[in-house]
Amino acid sequence: MTQRLLALLALTFFAAVGGAQTDEGLSDPALNARYQALIREVRCLVCQNQTIADSNADLASDLRREIREMIESGATDNEISDFLVARYGDFVLYRPPMQPNTWALWGGPAAMVIIGLVVFARVMRTRSRQPLDEDEFHEDQGAI
Amino acid sequence: MWRYAIPVGLLAVLGVFLARGLTLNPGYVPSPLIGKPAPEFNLPALKDPDARVGSEVFEGQLSLLNVWATWCVGCRQEHGFLVELAGSSGIPIYGLNWKDDRGTALQWLERLGDPYVASAVDADGDVAIDWGVYGAPETFLIDRDGTVLYKHIAPLTAEIWQERFVPIVTEKCGSFPCLQDGIQ
Repeated sequence: MTQRLLALLALTFFAAVGGAQTDEGLSDPALNARYQALIREVRCLVCQNQTIADSNADLASDLRREIREMIESGATDNEISDFLVARYGDFVLYRPPMQPNTWALWGGPAAMVIIGLVVFARVMRTRSRQPLDEDEFHEDQGAI
Repeated sequence: MWRYAIPVGLLAVLGVFLARGLTLNPGYVPSPLIGKPAPEFNLPALKDPDARVGSEVFEGQLSLLNVWATWCVGCRQEHGFLVELAGSSGIPIYGLNWKDDRGTALQWLERLGDPYVASAVDADGDVAIDWGVYGAPETFLIDRDGTVLYKHIAPLTAEIWQERFVPIVTEKCGSFPCLQDGIQ
């Protein structure tokens, strides 16, 4: 049983690391590093929870080809992401830009943590001021 | 009383976000092309590989660009409606045959009818990328001056046409069906 579970686990692991593109890449190592980083930042709109690096969709391979060609012709990373955003919108980027309509997205988690801490501090403060009631007192005594 | 206001308020905010999330369609990505000039292209024509179809075809009249392919199930679904539309709307439909096999595409048009004034062959998908295409079928409505007015993703149906396209066409054209010079 354990062995079977382990085998299953191993399978899911391999499924997770296997990417789509194996045949492609740029011969220049520096350019290839940029290419590999870029395609991991671009969403495949056909299968929206994959990057174009992970996706086997036809469109993803077209976009990878487009990006390779742009890199080879000397485009900067910014030019490439501008190119993609102009055609597909901000959603194509896995790292959305900081702009008025994404403030909630970027600031949300921090705001939640701050709200949580404030609530926590208030609760702790009121609790520490209240005297222990009888039952709790005896329970504590018992534990010691 | 006051101590309940904060959690209830937070819950209400959460509820608004969840309700919005439930009603959004994640498959629909709004096109940044709306209101912008139609991306230029110049591609071989499907029916006559020596002829070209270019973005200048949109000039001077309201037109539709429909992205289709024979491998696309939704395209088969909407095809009948496109044929009907071509005969009744007064708006010329141009096709962008996306990453398709030429022979199969020609057969498809012969068998199912050809709603397109002309279809441009985008064999390697470069023009589709310029148009921000991510899933066929997609249908663009283009103004006389070449501005993209609207984009619909998924098969076109009579209901969607009536609801989303007709109001824009009526506004731009003054009437529907659209009476345009030189188009029957």
